[in-house]
Amino acid sequence: MARDSERLRLRNDQLSGLMLFALALFAGWQNRTYPIGSLQEPGPGYTPLLIAVFLAILGLAIAFGGRRSQPLGETRWPEARRAFMILAACAVATYALEPLGYRITITALLVFFLGVLERRPPLHVVTVALGFSLLSFYFIATLLRVPLPRGPFGW
Amino acid sequence: MAETLQNLLLGFQVALDLKVLGYAFAGCIIGTLVGMMPGLGPLAGISLLLPATFGLNPIIAMVLLGGVYYGAMYGGSTTSILMRIPGEAASVMTCVDGYAMTQNGRAGAALAIAAIGSFVAGTLGVVGLMLLAPTLAAFALRFGPPEYTALLLMGFFILAYMSGGSMLKTLAMAAFGLLLGMIGIDAMSGYTRFSFGIVELGDGVGIVPVAVGLFGISEILLTAGQAGSPPVQRPKFRELMPSRAELRDSVAPIARGSLLGFLIGIIPGSAHVISSFVSYGIERRLSKHPERFGKGAIEGVAGPESANNSAATGAFVPMLALGIPTGPVTAVMIAAVMVHGIAPGPMLIQQQPELFWGFVASMYVGNTVLLILNLPLVGLFVNLLRIPYSYLYPAILCFCILGCYSVANSVVDVWIMLIMGGIGYGLRKFGYDLAPVALGLVLAPMLELSLRQSLAMSAGDYSIFVQRPIAATMLALGAILLVLGLKPLVSKGADWRSKVGLDDQKP
Repeated sequence: MARDSERLRLRNDQLSGLMLFALALFAGWQNRTYPIGSLQEPGPGYTPLLIAVFLAILGLAIAFGGRRSQPLGETRWPEARRAFMILAACAVATYALEPLGYRITITALLVFFLGVLERRPPLHVVTVALGFSLLSFYFIATLLRVPLPRGPFGW
Repeated sequence: MAETLQNLLLGFQVALDLKVLGYAFAGCIIGTLVGMMPGLGPLAGISLLLPATFGLNPIIAMVLLGGVYYGAMYGGSTTSILMRIPGEAASVMTCVDGYAMTQNGRAGAALAIAAIGSFVAGTLGVVGLMLLAPTLAAFALRFGPPEYTALLLMGFFILAYMSGGSMLKTLAMAAFGLLLGMIGIDAMSGYTRFSFGIVELGDGVGIVPVAVGLFGISEILLTAGQAGSPPVQRPKFRELMPSRAELRDSVAPIARGSLLGFLIGIIPGSAHVISSFVSYGIERRLSKHPERFGKGAIEGVAGPESANNSAATGAFVPMLALGIPTGPVTAVMIAAVMVHGIAPGPMLIQQQPELFWGFVASMYVGNTVLLILNLPLVGLFVNLLRIPYSYLYPAILCFCILGCYSVANSVVDVWIMLIMGGIGYGLRKFGYDLAPVALGLVLAPMLELSLRQSLAMSAGDYSIFVQRPIAATMLALGAILLVLGLKPLVSKGADWRSKVGLDDQKP
């Protein structure tokens, strides 16, 4: 019985292989709208289809060969919560970058990272956040003349 | 020969001008710092600086960007050796034995060998660029679409065979990169593919957001759970001297890496990333003690570091002589020159001798500057890595956002970077190597174009790839490597990779 349940446990390579297979299926499905063309004159859908088929085969091979990989349940994700918060904060900042401007967005992002996530002293947080956003803007936008987004008040 | 020397003299007159020298110096320093920062590679550094070069004269622009490029090649090795974080993709293989040497207390020797190897390879690469550019460029010109297709396929199989871990996973990642490279307007038919209605995706997925996301953001996400800063050693100056045995063991790998890197670098479409992978694999195969690899073998640092620097120089051969970019970095540099109305190509050397020879001479100067700067100042540069990680990673994330945005002033690129960061994090947790994704993305347009052109040439007959000797040889080599790599899956015998313990390594 225990041996059966051991067999049924999903493993890392099995999951990742199946996900690659699913990606290949998705790419193949999306590719249906592009002409495949002929062998003499391959169309825009020809190479993506070849690659999708190749990826599907590899995905299945990884999944079938994944019996000896680590069980999914044994993979530790201690950093996942913090990683998700970092990624979410960056996503919010990206969304706000053009409406709020570079300096305000980057200052707010650094305040979140240093003050909320890392719990640094407030004086350090304000100094680093303001210093970084203003100095980087000065170097990149003013000195190097790379256009960076400005907020509603020219900030 | 006399003419070459005379031209070189002209080049040195240009390169040793105080203003040009100053920009070469600045480029090397910026490149070293950019190369050291995880998540910021030469491409991001050059992309960030590109708009700033529009106001400079073309010689200075080339010297500055060239300095950033090979400076980043040097700098990338420092974080790889000291922290096991590749500053740029080509330094991935240096992580394996470089970091192992750091753990064995030989960080100084590893840094010194990396710097010496880079200097030797960089200098030999410039000699090669200067002397062999016309001949080698002519050979590369003989390649037609079938040869390019075979070459690119062989490159993937070499990458898969030589890289650590599962060959299937490496090939799957290369296929994933190729699929990403299919996004955007098809050059031959004008169809927009896989853009999902997002106009910006019509230009395709850029290498900068993908590379920064996969290598930079995913690294930060993986280290997010760390209680403290990753340990950073600060080697003292006297520790930088390698032992006599280490120097002796490094001579041949540096020579082989220099030659191999240069040859791989001049082939259009190949990347310096692959040169370090191949060099590492060759050194391990040639070693009498392959079991030392992964545990601090100096050859595992000397070979790949020399190869990637030599490849960086070799990449300038087709760029300057033919106007063909060998990768995204040289593509950006061509854009920098074209802004000034200069078209790189066969006529460049004749029409712009000061630009060509000034750039060549500045590379000699730059390599010397980097050797002089990097070894004594490595302690100073390492201070950058001693900034508490809780302050460092938010700053790196902001640089990543800034770098990706400024390439095309597009928020879509930043979104791509974040998505690739999340995907890279998941893939690394499942033990996938990410370098093939970046390689697949860069090579996808060239592979697709050459494959379709080959089939059009042969009226749909795939035998064209075996009828042409160069293409057939390359495909045969690739097929042999594929069979050798897949052998352990069907037979019980372990291949050389598991014998040397590479299956356990996740660079």
